[in-house]
Amino acid sequence: MRNKIISVAEAVDMIPDGATIMYGGFLGCGSAHHIIEALAKKGTKDLTIIGNDCGMAVGPNGEEFYGVAKLVHNHQVKHLIATHVGMTPEVGQQNMVDKTLTVDLIPQGSLAEMIRAGGAGLGGVLTPTGVGTIVEDSPFCLGKQTIDGKEYLLMKPLHADFALLNGHMIDKFGNIWYKGTTRNFNIVMATAADVVIAEADNVVEIGDIDPENVVTSGAFVNYIVDGGNV
Amino acid sequence: MDKSEIKAFIAKRVAKELKDGDVVNLGIGLPTMVPAFLPEGVHVILQSENGIIGTGPKPAPENAEPKYKIDAGGSPACADTFGCYIDSATSFGFIRGGHVNATILGGLEVDQEGSLSNWIIPGKKMPGMGGAMDLLVGAKTVIVAMEHTAKGKPKILKKCTLPYTAVHCITKIITEMCVMEVTKDGLVMTEINPEFTVDDVKAATEADFTVAQDLKDMTA
Repeated sequence: MRNKIISVAEAVDMIPDGATIMYGGFLGCGSAHHIIEALAKKGTKDLTIIGNDCGMAVGPNGEEFYGVAKLVHNHQVKHLIATHVGMTPEVGQQNMVDKTLTVDLIPQGSLAEMIRAGGAGLGGVLTPTGVGTIVEDSPFCLGKQTIDGKEYLLMKPLHADFALLNGHMIDKFGNIWYKGTTRNFNIVMATAADVVIAEADNVVEIGDIDPENVVTSGAFVNYIVDGGNV
Repeated sequence: MDKSEIKAFIAKRVAKELKDGDVVNLGIGLPTMVPAFLPEGVHVILQSENGIIGTGPKPAPENAEPKYKIDAGGSPACADTFGCYIDSATSFGFIRGGHVNATILGGLEVDQEGSLSNWIIPGKKMPGMGGAMDLLVGAKTVIVAMEHTAKGKPKILKKCTLPYTAVHCITKIITEMCVMEVTKDGLVMTEINPEFTVDDVKAATEADFTVAQDLKDMTA
């Protein structure tokens, strides 16, 4: 079987300036912290990043710029697509004051389905969420449709060049088992990018995760980075 | 009442809305106080939209694992013994699909059409709607729990001035002054805090509302 394990540096070297990246995680919980850290150090720029939020200005253990917040802090991001960015005030600063960062806010359930659609070969999502709100003006909203008397917004599917996932146990084929609330957006993002790189808290042997307990199939995962359980 | 007493008063009244076995999603702030006031024998199933159905009691600091287990506000959390962890697509399918009995959240403004604005003050800060728009559209019952006014100004308006979180979505508004239901005929005040008169409520409310014929004491 092809060896999928690569170093953090090799992972980051694959990502060019201007890439579109999906990142799993919810306020940094379930994010590929080592890869994101290395991307911040390398300074890869003009990124479009898609995820639930923008990490946190201060992490749960006092970390400065937790998760993708450091990419924004370093001005490496030109376009952010997220549902909530309130924990990283710098996003508002760069968007509203400096006007250097484009931000598209999308309802959380819509974002999950738009990514799912992008990974499942669907042409869009019809959701009642956002009807009558400024979501109707989003560039990701293609209009309104009435079905059986109820109004829905047609939201575009999302696809990315890279998806950066985090899993607690990942076997050498790439099968993933997630711990706690780290599943969040990792599951749909695994399906919706050209290149999927999964950072493992623990790399395990094939067979160590029972097939019944595999949450994301290794068939979706192109590369594995051993993040180490820290 | 001071601020914290007002919040507790509202949370206590909101708790009466919940039935044993209800699946409930709580917004941040005041709504998180509601479970403490549930009557004996009423147990609700809490959902955290980031990925828990059946959220358990807050873990003690020595058991917290914020790297792996948080709630939607980012605080350490975990599933109860009967609970489970889910991904975001499943979580919001659960929400939009009508599997949540009640969502309880605060509001910056509500209006007599049952619409709510609570996610952004344009030009001020950039927060984001997060899961609020989906919750308002999907939950079977939407309860807005908030102070009746902000710095003396009415929050219950004829029409919201801030960007909507969702339109025509509210079931009930519960404040320290009264309980209002949103009906097809507009707002109806069904209960009042006996510390206030109907005229007091009218003075603190911009929206049109009617008073139920059998207006009840909300503290009863």
